[in-house]
Amino acid sequence: MSETMTDSPILETRSLGKRFSIGTRFSAEGKRTVHAVDNVSLTVRRGETVGLVGESGCGKSTLARCLVRLYEITDGELLFEGEDITSKSLSELRPLRRRLQMVFQDPSASLNPRRRVGDLVAEPLRIHGKLSSREITTRVAELFDLVGLLPDHVMRYPHEFSGGQRQRVGIARAIALNPDLVVLDEPVSALDVSVQAQIVNLLADLQEKLNLTYIFIAHDLSVVRQVSTRIAVMYLGSIVEEGPAEEVFAAPAHPYSQALISAVPVVETTPSGTRKRIILTGDVPSPLKPPSGCRFHPRCPIAVERCRTERPELREYRPGRKVACHFPTV
Amino acid sequence: MILSVRDLKVSFRTNDGLVRAIDGVSFDLEESEILGVVGESGSGKTVSLLAVMGLITDPNASIEGSIRYKGRELVGLPARELRRLRGNEIAMIFQDPMTALTPVYTIGWQIAEQIRAHQNISKAKAMERVEELLAEVNFPNPHEAMSRYPHQLSGGMRQRAVIAMALSCNPALLVADEPTTALDVTVQAGILDLVRKLRATHKSAVVFITHDMGVVSELADRVMVMYAGRVVERGSRMELFSAPQHPYTRALLGSIPPLTGEKPRRLPAIPGSPPSLLRLPQGCAFGPRCPVHYEPCVTGKPGLGGGTHAAACFRVAQA
Ligand SMILES: Nc1ncnc2c1ncn2[C@@H]1O[C@H](COP(=O)(O)OP(=O)(O)OP(=O)(O)O)[C@@H](O)[C@H]1O
Ligand SMILES: Nc1ncnc2c1ncn2[C@@H]1O[C@H](COP(=O)(O)OP(=O)(O)OP(=O)(O)O)[C@@H](O)[C@H]1O
Ligand code: SF4
Ligand code: SF4
Ligand SMILES: [Mg+2]
Ligand SMILES: [Mg+2]
Repeated sequence: MSETMTDSPILETRSLGKRFSIGTRFSAEGKRTVHAVDNVSLTVRRGETVGLVGESGCGKSTLARCLVRLYEITDGELLFEGEDITSKSLSELRPLRRRLQMVFQDPSASLNPRRRVGDLVAEPLRIHGKLSSREITTRVAELFDLVGLLPDHVMRYPHEFSGGQRQRVGIARAIALNPDLVVLDEPVSALDVSVQAQIVNLLADLQEKLNLTYIFIAHDLSVVRQVSTRIAVMYLGSIVEEGPAEEVFAAPAHPYSQALISAVPVVETTPSGTRKRIILTGDVPSPLKPPSGCRFHPRCPIAVERCRTERPELREYRPGRKVACHFPTV
Repeated sequence: MILSVRDLKVSFRTNDGLVRAIDGVSFDLEESEILGVVGESGSGKTVSLLAVMGLITDPNASIEGSIRYKGRELVGLPARELRRLRGNEIAMIFQDPMTALTPVYTIGWQIAEQIRAHQNISKAKAMERVEELLAEVNFPNPHEAMSRYPHQLSGGMRQRAVIAMALSCNPALLVADEPTTALDVTVQAGILDLVRKLRATHKSAVVFITHDMGVVSELADRVMVMYAGRVVERGSRMELFSAPQHPYTRALLGSIPPLTGEKPRRLPAIPGSPPSLLRLPQGCAFGPRCPVHYEPCVTGKPGLGGGTHAAACFRVAQA
């Protein structure tokens, strides 16, 4: 999306994994492990937007939280500007926190209802910055202007705002400390189509002005395509396909990506729709008991015996395009 | 004609003043027809359908107008009569399937009870019917699914269970309020298929509320677009999507990012936000955001007019 994109990776994961332990050894099923993110190797370059897509529960939020070290990483490595930050302690992470920010789906949940929004935006500046209160006031005004809020809005409370305005406040807070990378976890999912378009445009403007790198999660695939330079399709904790957004949408190579993209309802202006829909049967399997071999095999329309036993690796089959399938459509 | 709504008005008295949630809505629905209702959050989609179902219980609400179901006037009908209609001929599904399910009973038991509340059949017969219904809504293993509790099902399976429950009474009218909004696109595709099947096999008429234009385009025969408590445009699916007339409909369609072809650098967003229902503008409610507003829009309220494809806009009326 931005012209200042360079090839130097800002963030890189190597076989990154996140396991959660659930239950205790005293509970009925005993102690069990959810492999929420499994063997993810992803490179994010400065200035680009990587879109993460996949069904509910496939591990998008968990991966996103690992990337900004809101979660402890249980397997593999995470590198920020080439430096291994996988197991840095909280105090070692402090100088990095400013540079890695996150925006959530429901801004009201992260905005204290009793604080004025001006205060809320000033908060990260007070905690991290070394600014005088005069400088903070100036910076808050600047941020309000950047995200399209009016100067007199600083005195209002979150509930006096619409959902779209609250998300602007959430974004102002996230960019207050001039971050390098912002992880946006469903930032527009709770918004109306028309408000969604306003926020999507705002994010694009900010990216250009501030040379931001985004990781963008949304379940609306057309929004993901709009904002992303590249996309990564996840299934049951792993990336099954990766590539330039427009290419992957135009010609998905993995059977799961094909089903996912074909299921997106689109406005048809011709009487007979030409789109062919692949309806997946069966439900998403539980990450507690992932299927053997290719994790998609129980629902894959072209699965064969080999898929049941042999797990396909994510391979680059063409520069910039990767797929994890024994029989990709390439 | 299954349903005929005329000049429906719903308002709520609140501490801040009168909220005019629905301000004169009219529409008709035929047998086997799917009507899609779209519009911004707060535009009155849910309230208008709750009024049709007789489910507005707020004592501060006032309802005016006429709602005829198979020729029979529903406005003013006693609550008991309405409840009977709702269980027997009119079914509803909501965004959150848990509004229709109880956590403490198996889904098999719950659907069987629903059947037995309206039909005089034995428990065993009801259970047989439940298994058929669960198969009809594509449960891979219906017999096994009957003994599951709601929390043991995924969101998509729960919604299918609720649809099975709705089907159990062979409804003449199904009202669905954003039933797929919380679901994945892959699961949604399955649910939309079910709704089409229901129309085909049971000849049910369906009112489908959503804010997703894509969903409406794939499912609906006719579409109604709402803005600030009014219908601003209605038409067949083709009319509405290939030749939208109302500036709001056009703007809404324009702000959806495309899934194919060239990506626009910026999305053509609609500036501003919808008006407060406490202080509606004197003229056209879309006026403050309308790119083509002119003098008449400031003082006059544009009417929808007759015809299958109609838009409530002075510009359209003049053209
Ligand atoms: N704190 C946790 N403890 C145990 N399991 C968890 C925890 N957080 C997530 N999980 C599990 O990890 C898997 C991935 O969840 P995650 O929230 O990352 O999915 P997601 O792709 O973001 O889904 P959605 O689209 O619904 O937000 C799920 O099976 C989830 O139940
Ligand atoms: N009991 C009530 N008292 C006061 N106002 C109400 C009440 N119920 C609904 N409203 C108002 O009526 C308007 C229409 O609401 P409705 O729920 O029909 O919108 P909607 O189009 O379904 O929106 P959404 O897409 O968010 O579901 C809203 O402004 C809402 O705040
Ligand atoms: S490896 Fe086999 S089961 Fe997996 S996606 Fe490819 S064809 Fe389908
Ligand atoms: S009536 Fe006027 S303000 Fe309203 S939509 Fe038409 S042109 Fe725009
Ligand atoms: Mg998530
Ligand atoms: Mg609603």
